[in-house]
Amino acid sequence: MNRKAKFDLWSLVTIGLFALYGLFLIYPMMNLLTQAVIDKNTGQFTLNYFVKFFSTPYYFNTLMNSFKVTTAVTFTTLILGTPLAYFFTRYEIKGKAFLRILIILSSMSAPFIGAYSWILLLGRSGLITLFFKNTLGIAIPNIYGFFGILLVLSLQLYPLIFLYVSGALKNVDNSLLEASENLGAAGVKRFFKIVIPLITPTLMAAGLLVFMRALADFGTPMLIGEGYRTFPVTIFNEFISEMGGDDGFAAAISIVAIAITTIVFLVQQYFSVRKSFTMNSINKIRPEETHGMKRFLIHAYAYLLVSISIMPQVYIFYTSFKNVKGSTFAPGYSLQSYTDAFNKVGRAITNTMLIPAIALVIIIFLAVLLAYISVRRTGPVSKILDSISMIPYIIPGSVIGITLLIAFNKPPILLSGTMTIMVIGLVIRRMPYTIRSTAAILQQIPMNMEEAAHSLGSSKIKTFYKITMPMMAAGIISGAILSWITMISELSTAILLYTARTRTLTIEIYTQIIRGNYGIAAALSTILAVLTIISLLIFNRISKDDDLSL
Amino acid sequence: MSVNITIKNAIKKFGENTVISDISLKVKDKELFTLLGPSGCGKTTLLRMIAGFNTIEGGEFYFDDKMINNMEVSHRNIGMVFQNYAIFPHYSVRQNVEFGLKNRKYSKSEIKKETDKFLKLMQIYELRDRKPEQLSGGQQQRVALARALVIKPDVLLMDEPLSNLDAKLRLEMRQVIRDVQREVGITTVYVTHDQEEAMAISDRIAVMSNGKIQHVGTPQEIYHRPKNQFVATFIGRTNFLNAVYHTADRTIHFGAYSFPMEDLALPEDTPVLLSVRPEDLILHPHGQSALTGVVQDSFFLGLNTHQLIELDDNQQLIEVISESSLENLLRKGEKVSLVIKGHKINVFSEDGSQNLMREE
Repeated sequence: MNRKAKFDLWSLVTIGLFALYGLFLIYPMMNLLTQAVIDKNTGQFTLNYFVKFFSTPYYFNTLMNSFKVTTAVTFTTLILGTPLAYFFTRYEIKGKAFLRILIILSSMSAPFIGAYSWILLLGRSGLITLFFKNTLGIAIPNIYGFFGILLVLSLQLYPLIFLYVSGALKNVDNSLLEASENLGAAGVKRFFKIVIPLITPTLMAAGLLVFMRALADFGTPMLIGEGYRTFPVTIFNEFISEMGGDDGFAAAISIVAIAITTIVFLVQQYFSVRKSFTMNSINKIRPEETHGMKRFLIHAYAYLLVSISIMPQVYIFYTSFKNVKGSTFAPGYSLQSYTDAFNKVGRAITNTMLIPAIALVIIIFLAVLLAYISVRRTGPVSKILDSISMIPYIIPGSVIGITLLIAFNKPPILLSGTMTIMVIGLVIRRMPYTIRSTAAILQQIPMNMEEAAHSLGSSKIKTFYKITMPMMAAGIISGAILSWITMISELSTAILLYTARTRTLTIEIYTQIIRGNYGIAAALSTILAVLTIISLLIFNRISKDDDLSL
Repeated sequence: MSVNITIKNAIKKFGENTVISDISLKVKDKELFTLLGPSGCGKTTLLRMIAGFNTIEGGEFYFDDKMINNMEVSHRNIGMVFQNYAIFPHYSVRQNVEFGLKNRKYSKSEIKKETDKFLKLMQIYELRDRKPEQLSGGQQQRVALARALVIKPDVLLMDEPLSNLDAKLRLEMRQVIRDVQREVGITTVYVTHDQEEAMAISDRIAVMSNGKIQHVGTPQEIYHRPKNQFVATFIGRTNFLNAVYHTADRTIHFGAYSFPMEDLALPEDTPVLLSVRPEDLILHPHGQSALTGVVQDSFFLGLNTHQLIELDDNQQLIEVISESSLENLLRKGEKVSLVIKGHKINVFSEDGSQNLMREE
């Protein structure tokens, strides 16, 4: 609609949102940039930090490592997730609904918990490693390093591809597949000639999401990477060890990281615009029965992949009930770990609920306003706001942590160490996702619902909360629950921002793993998993269809 | 209270694109006035300018003597029925109808009384506690109409209200809209692209194309005496024949065929464009002075039979509609002769821009 830019309530809201983004995103980013190019002692412009980064192989390699392992993870998840989604859409699979839940569940925990569990299974003294060594006399290869990270993150993130591709396949009309078969391309040929091109835009979008997640992940490479250093680990180490001193170098690494994600993002956008088209399926693909070898192979693939990906969580659940002696597991079972855990956690559980809850309320409030402005108000101002709100999407979590710390660790705005800064961190990280999902909901509400209300004498504000908001409610709530699940398992940002008073369950689990208190870590992980499962159940109740997008 | 709507020199632009160029018209009090035209002609845009959903780039809009150009939508006191009805899905039927009254701060008892009255008028009183998703298309349409009318609007605006209904329901709801509009007695602007619907329902019709009004008149007027070639084509079906007007003996000549015509006050031998509706051509097997042609195809449609005939004179294909008879259809290749009902046809200037039979 062509509306004249009349100054009204929405203009005020727009200004308010600009101010918030200015203060909590643009200002910290500028600060980061300044830190990276100004010598703290002399106050002079300098590129020394960048020179140091690029000329020291030790640092430069971390970036290359990150890039390599992240690219490998992205392709592996695509290769694992796409066929799985295709099988689920095209064929009847026994226990499909249950498998779906397991797939979602395996993606919902913090990646580092998966890493820790895999260490318990395949590490130097892991259960499986020892079994092979002692019983079969076979030494299996080392899990630490590149392959460890690849294994953990791939199994953790392929569900994202699975969910995205499943959603895309819902929009593929079955007659396209039938037409293809009719013209002589069936089976594998059809999959590559027809299905893959049709879902390419989705594959690229999902691939980007996996890339960003994998690149930003801090916990996994920290635990399982060992000598294979990636840049979130480096940033963390540089920043923590130089706290109070010279953090310009950490800022410089952060800038380099943002530059890389920006390039990846732009390249992805460039290609996906070229490949995109709209589809609307009338005849959805219906799953069909399979027989013989085909049936066996499809089932084998689905069950094997899902079992392997859920194994870490099952094993942690199991170990949480084992007896503990010192920091190692002992024979027999008890609730000892849980008792220890509850003695140690202090405020962690409360914080885990409270911090994301506050963040969630703020996120919903702001995301609804932002989505409304970006969908219903066209014009340069709302475009700029929309673009700014998407910036955090390409900034790794640990970088957001650092920018916030650098900006707010001194007056006039002193926030470091407070719960507020943790809330802000979560809000900034989750906003782009919630805005996108909210905007999608809003786009499905016809504009003339609001026009009808106006014509019946309702003011703009009244129309918004009487008509628009209630119609969006269901979608917003299911989006909110998904945000909630990701936030309660968040580590990369929180690890930089927390203090004793604001530690959360994930931080507590991480700390216990680092200290070697595996029993307590397992018990706490189980508690976190239970929280996640409860949230998921509520989500299923509220959400009408099973479309998940994270 | 119902009003006259006066539009003076309305202009609407989307960016550089002029969608409405200089439209002036008057809608009389309590009249059902239809904006009719092909898609993209600007009819919905003009309606939305009256409603206030579109900005006005030029011209003046009046409800009686009150200029409404800069009035907020919510203060214009209009009832609007949308193409997709825009029934609020989270409200029941009753809540939908009440919505406008609540915004107008009526008392509780008045709200109930008025709502009940219109629910009954639209025959949806029994459905009052249902949610919109439990209603059929026709029922939603009734809710939309009740919701628009209950606030006693000055004007009722309807944007293609029947286009989402199946053919049978469309006829039924057409009648409902006409009856209710008469009963309530409200100035109504109705937008449609369906000429039959427009003719059946309207007091007057404005035929639009390319952002301009081509012809304003009663349904009979625009059908029988269309202002220009576009209107003649858009309303009903017609055949165009290039002919010549002889002033001396007041006849029209098409090839060897000629027939008398009223005095058109034209110079001798003026080329003209005839618009001959298919039903104004009579198949005339043994005619003396007649058009001759060869049947190309025949379609039996029950009441009428349509024939496509290629004229011998200029190989032009024309359509002829005649009442079906019990005899066999004319076959392809059969030779026929035709005469024209001279008094019913229209004579346009050669470029089709002007109807020479209208006194203007």
